[in-house]
Amino acid sequence: MHSDRAPLALKIAAAAGLAFMHLPILLIFVYAFTTEDKSYQWPPPGFTTKWIGVTWERPDVWEALSLSLKVAAISTGIALVLGTLCAAAVSRTRFFGREVVSLLVILPIALPGIITGISLRSAFHLADIPFSFWTIVLGHATFCVVVVYNNAVARFRRTSGSLIEASMDLGADGFQTFRYVILPNIATALLAGGMLAFALSFDEVIVTTFTAGQQQTLPIWMLEELVRPRERPVTNVVAMMVALVTLLPILGAYYLTRGTDTVAGQGK
Amino acid sequence: MSEHAIDPGRRGILPALSDLLWRNPRLVILLLLGPPALWLGIVYLGALFALLAQSFFSIDEFSGLIQYEFTLKTYRELFTPANFDIILRTVVMAASVTIAAAIVAFPIAYYAARYARGKWKALFYLGVMLPLWSSYLVKVYSWKLILAKEGILNWLFETLHLSWLLNAYLAIPVVGGNSLSVSATGTFLVFLYVWLPFMVLPIQAALERVPASMLEASGDLGATPGQTFRHVLLPLALPGVIAGSIFTFSLTLGDYIIPQIVGTSRRFIGQAVYAYQGTAGNIPLAAAFAVVPIVIMAIYLWAAKRMGAFDAL
Repeated sequence: MHSDRAPLALKIAAAAGLAFMHLPILLIFVYAFTTEDKSYQWPPPGFTTKWIGVTWERPDVWEALSLSLKVAAISTGIALVLGTLCAAAVSRTRFFGREVVSLLVILPIALPGIITGISLRSAFHLADIPFSFWTIVLGHATFCVVVVYNNAVARFRRTSGSLIEASMDLGADGFQTFRYVILPNIATALLAGGMLAFALSFDEVIVTTFTAGQQQTLPIWMLEELVRPRERPVTNVVAMMVALVTLLPILGAYYLTRGTDTVAGQGK
Repeated sequence: MSEHAIDPGRRGILPALSDLLWRNPRLVILLLLGPPALWLGIVYLGALFALLAQSFFSIDEFSGLIQYEFTLKTYRELFTPANFDIILRTVVMAASVTIAAAIVAFPIAYYAARYARGKWKALFYLGVMLPLWSSYLVKVYSWKLILAKEGILNWLFETLHLSWLLNAYLAIPVVGGNSLSVSATGTFLVFLYVWLPFMVLPIQAALERVPASMLEASGDLGATPGQTFRHVLLPLALPGVIAGSIFTFSLTLGDYIIPQIVGTSRRFIGQAVYAYQGTAGNIPLAAAFAVVPIVIMAIYLWAAKRMGAFDAL
């Protein structure tokens, strides 16, 4: 059947588009090993693993990394709780203001990050809250909720209501039903949502520049290097590290939701 | 047996609580919704309103202090030529990035939705998800490497003996500049690269729902592939394109990092907000600037909703 074969032009356009999306990132991995340390010379004059060692010895990189990991872990925790609660409420019942709730959850990432950032900053300013670790977490958790919410709400929608009714008919109370029926059903969606939220928080920079005081998360550290380059080789290595750290949760989330996503895409 | 037609209820605190919740679905909703609604309502909406409120204050030109009185003076400042220029430049950039993203994204989405099967389908999905979720700063950084004077793009043009072409392009007034990394084209390319995955996914979702038989029917009825695309495929994919454009447009409107790292020294809205709230200390004007993308996006979302774009999200 001829309609099942893609036209050549379409194939080329699609392949070119995918290449455009991937090749730049791959460059990062090449530059992390270049021997050139003053410019972004291409092709690299030689390769070395020296800069990984140099980066390893840098306390400022370690501090930024540990702050980023801490912020991401706590924000993800808060987002998991809030996002799941919200998704449970929105998907199981119809109530007044349901649309408003969905909108409210999506708003923090639908609006440009700079607005979330400056809003929070001016609110902290008005309320006389000093910048701290917790102001960063406050901002991150706010926009991470939507990621967990999206994953959870999709899974709730696919979880059949009759399962819950059956559990209740068999004598389980609400909490037992949650523990033994609902939770196993939504667990992978939550894990996937949590991983994505972690990745989102780990590399967030726009909101963070507004809600962090003197503290440097890893993205803020990188941003400073981008604006005023001091040690390019170290920045190259950190960029590669960040790319790898965000890659793992994305792949993990993909494998966790793989089966369900194909169902969702093809069913409708 | 018939004495207890109604279940007497379970014993213990948790089961009793469970029964109570079962009898009061509204209470359940309240308990479920309470924490997230409080968080988002207080932290986020509260902050948004704080911002809105600030935009109605003004700054005293002599003392530099904020005057906490209602005034529209700050909004009037937005329309001075210098500031209006910033808004116009940002909107034009957002619109061109959106259009280019739709053009580049469409073939990817179409191939993934219609032709890719099995392993290829998964590969396409990952191929879009990976760049979507990978670190924003790393992506921007990679373009700094690409566009650098001694970087790969210039090297490529030189190796192909096409440097004259690049130089001719850079000589064009508005889009060109001294080199790609300090030109509007550079900014445009980075924006396009960073937001492209946000366009592919919704278009793909919309195209998944177009039955192949519909396209075949159009061909059977005598339409050329071009006509089928224009009159069948495009209208059906439009909600997806609009959904994607919400992301690309909104994200470009509010970004202040990309134009700061790659591009000319001319400002975008995001940079203006950042500069006014930071060193200049003019929070009212920064707030008024921040309201501009909110208003533009509100109009955009309203129009998109009318065209049914949200069904494709």
